[in-house]
Amino acid sequence: MASCKYKNVYLNDYYTVVGPLEKESRLKGYDIALDDFYYNEKTFELAEVKMQNVVIDNILFKNGLKTSEVDLLIGGDLTNQISVTNYSARNYNFPFLGLYAACATFPESLIVGANFIDNMNYKKIITITSSHNLTAEKQFRYPTEYGAPKPHTATFTATGSAATLLSRAESRIKIESSTIGTPVDMGIKDANNLGAVMAPAAASTLLRHLSDLKRDADYYDLILTGDLGCVGGEIFKEYLKRNQNMKLKNHLDAGCELFLKGQDTYAGGSGPVCLPLVLFNRILLSRKYKKILIIGTGALHSPTLVNQKKSIPAIAHAVSLEVL
Amino acid sequence: MNIEEYKKLVKEMSPRENRLKNMIVAFFVGGMIGFLGEFFLYFVTETFATSRADAFIWLCLTLILVGTILTAFGFFDNWVSKCKCGFIIPTTGFAHSVTSCALDFKKEGLVTGLGANFFRLAGSVILYGIISAFFLCIVRVVLGG
Repeated sequence: MASCKYKNVYLNDYYTVVGPLEKESRLKGYDIALDDFYYNEKTFELAEVKMQNVVIDNILFKNGLKTSEVDLLIGGDLTNQISVTNYSARNYNFPFLGLYAACATFPESLIVGANFIDNMNYKKIITITSSHNLTAEKQFRYPTEYGAPKPHTATFTATGSAATLLSRAESRIKIESSTIGTPVDMGIKDANNLGAVMAPAAASTLLRHLSDLKRDADYYDLILTGDLGCVGGEIFKEYLKRNQNMKLKNHLDAGCELFLKGQDTYAGGSGPVCLPLVLFNRILLSRKYKKILIIGTGALHSPTLVNQKKSIPAIAHAVSLEVL
Repeated sequence: MNIEEYKKLVKEMSPRENRLKNMIVAFFVGGMIGFLGEFFLYFVTETFATSRADAFIWLCLTLILVGTILTAFGFFDNWVSKCKCGFIIPTTGFAHSVTSCALDFKKEGLVTGLGANFFRLAGSVILYGIISAFFLCIVRVVLGG
């Protein structure tokens, strides 16, 4: 069984840093916004490391935590060998688990953290994730200054970093249950249409979650998918409709909710940080939703295998949150 | 739903690129660059009394220089997304691809970074340009004598 319920796991606190474009977007209430992509560092990668350090430092500071009180740091990002997270983790003396699930890293880290707290008696866990538009661009596409024209199905990697603090101490956001997804490959080879690659994975995890926990989609006030984008979000709904005859009324996509129309970001935002930014700086601020299911979606591709003309597998992990 | 059905669904749901509009934009932007180039050629041949072939070399060099400077100051990539391929096809695109690689990888060292990645995008243009030139030369020798 891929789903489990948690007795006592709470998301106590979060801290977010956003990039220059996200500052002008639909997000509100972020903690720090960058004015440029360098963040006073020499390279984009170092800027991303600094973003992660800033959010972790602030989580520690806001909650008055000492280094010895943090039992585990879990996180990941998009760069080669998740090097950004590795390099930011070396600045702390925390036990550290690095994860890679592309843009599903945020829910994956919540799942791992929640299990450690519920079953292993870990007390305080910090999760971290980040993405940077220009490091991701360099990693997966062209050099940053190249700016090749892209189709309308492409998504735009969001810049930012988000850290959360998980523990047993009761607080506003409860992590109620979770579902670990299976990799799904529907034969799409187009790395410029990752929404279409990830939509079946999101659908498969959603269905598994609902059937494991014997729930209806209407149980949730909101089903928030990670970064399918505006195109992928529509494909996701149509896929569910045709396959399962299921009409989702309470669905939003974080990628589609992030940027404004005029910001020229094709089909919307993407990246591991897209989901936490929209969740914390938009969805939770509205105070409209009590039961939220977040489904982080990740395309598990590498430029090498895409160039070798292999189709792209995708994964999605779901976490159910209750806002008290 | 099987893979074929899903591919059909994706094709249905993905917005089509407006190719005609892109082509028209590219045609006019590329055409304008050509138009300005023609002016430049005229100006150089008249002012410096050079041959048209020499003036053409100066034109190429100028376009490369301008493309490189625009890339270095960060204008080119924004314009490419608006002007589509009209900006890439002239020599400016080649200069732009080389400069953008150089800018990106200069922090990874002069040999391992900049040197190794300099022709990352333009390498194919050089390689297949030379190969096709070679075969076209043979065709010309055979046909033209």
